[in-house]
Amino acid sequence: MQDILVILISSILINNLVLTEFFGLSTLFGSPQKIEPVIGLSLATILLITLATVANFAVDRLIIQPFDLEYLRTLAFVITVGAVVPAAKKIGRMTNPVIKKSLDLFMPLIFSNTAVLGISLTIINKNISFIESLFAGISIGIGFSLILIMFTLLRERAALADVPQPFQGAAIGFVTAGLMSLGFMGLIGI
Amino acid sequence: MSVVKSDRMNSPQIGGAVSKIHMVLLALVPAVSIMTYQFGFGTVINILIAVTTATLSEAIILALRKRPIKIHLNDLSSVLTAVLLGLALPPLAPWWLTVIASLSSIIIAKQLFGNTGVGLFNPAMVGYAVVLLSFPLEMSAWITPVSMLVEGINHPNIFESFSIVFGMNDSVDGITGATPLDAFKQSNGLLVDQIYQTKTVFSEALLAGVGWEIVNIAFLCGGVFLLQARIFSWHAPFAMLTTITILAMIFWDGGSSVSTGSPFMHLLSGGTMMGAFFIITDPSTSVKTNNAKLMYGALIGLFIFVIRAWGDYPDAVAFGALLGNCAAPLIDFISKNTTKISMGTSDAE
Repeated sequence: MQDILVILISSILINNLVLTEFFGLSTLFGSPQKIEPVIGLSLATILLITLATVANFAVDRLIIQPFDLEYLRTLAFVITVGAVVPAAKKIGRMTNPVIKKSLDLFMPLIFSNTAVLGISLTIINKNISFIESLFAGISIGIGFSLILIMFTLLRERAALADVPQPFQGAAIGFVTAGLMSLGFMGLIGI
Repeated sequence: MSVVKSDRMNSPQIGGAVSKIHMVLLALVPAVSIMTYQFGFGTVINILIAVTTATLSEAIILALRKRPIKIHLNDLSSVLTAVLLGLALPPLAPWWLTVIASLSSIIIAKQLFGNTGVGLFNPAMVGYAVVLLSFPLEMSAWITPVSMLVEGINHPNIFESFSIVFGMNDSVDGITGATPLDAFKQSNGLLVDQIYQTKTVFSEALLAGVGWEIVNIAFLCGGVFLLQARIFSWHAPFAMLTTITILAMIFWDGGSSVSTGSPFMHLLSGGTMMGAFFIITDPSTSVKTNNAKLMYGALIGLFIFVIRAWGDYPDAVAFGALLGNCAAPLIDFISKNTTKISMGTSDAE
């Protein structure tokens, strides 16, 4: 139980993969700049990251490791993620209309999220159990969504600012993300 | 619940709001004088360098953008940022450290977001965090408070101070030491009583740490003055200080070897009071309603305590404030929507 709590807190706040390992930046910067669609996007991303992490974990422990196929890991994970996508769509459709809508609208943003693959490759090297991988998936998804939502709201606020012309648009977005990670660097070491 | 009109509307642009910044600068006078008394002329030199750099860089950016220079400089908001930065940086820090910090705060955190009014991150704390992460060694050399100096050693006088800051003379040996939070952090595994007996920074103090407690009380006085003058509401500072106090009491642990230190130490050491009254109350990077301010202050207090107690850095006001700034729009969003729901007008998207 304590391990799971540690995983939750550390992957949501301390080792947040977006701001420390720069996973999923394409989704972060490509996402819509309004908060309502981003909430749906976040829910869908949490769902997909959780499913993909668990599936990749199973593939790794059941196929790759017993047969010494570590060199095929990346390829296998890409295929697994591809196979998980329809499942995620199906579950998303059944559970929540908001998730369903954003799954339809933002397909490329959600499924090309580099974080999905990156997270699986990162946590597979850690010595964790199946349940822990499930919670790692959920909490990394929540961490990603938290950054995505905070970033979108900050960008909404920055849209009101009189930003110098060369810095308008994506540039001020990168500056904002950089300053966010400046704050998060203080949490290192906890 | 009363919804207060956004401070951003009347934040430091021009006109009536100018006096607000004058008041804040006035409220910093006790802190500047006490810090100068405790740590020597280094503080004053820091402020001078920071104000000069900030004003010049702001003027250059405004000129490049063809904005009216005089009006924007006259609102003194960059001076306020520079003074806060000068107080936060270690006295007698090398001049380039202060210059880099001021440039980061004015250019990156302030001018890129279009001068004042809509900043997302507190400029002074951005500058501080940039140099803290880039030059940790220089940032950890704090001057020993005057009452702890060894017999026969004095703080350098004003000319010596200038020559130290500009690198012509590097004799700061013997007058630097660990701050209370540093000393506490480095004493892992000791009982609090043992730490208090062995470290003079604690054993000769009234409440928290020699010198630092008085500096913090000076900031507190300035803050109370600003509260009286209704420059900002009590919510955010109150929530932040209460959160730190409660957490410090929970993890005090009877002063055992895993104790995170007494509430007094946390309240009256480092930048606590400065952060509570002069940093997180900055209207443009903060939140709007009073309920949101309570949440905002509590969140910053939580981060400050957690980083101090278990993180890598001895003090965390800058990081706490920046993390609070990150979360500020989210807090506004949450409080806006919960208010809507509680008033029965849930918005159907």
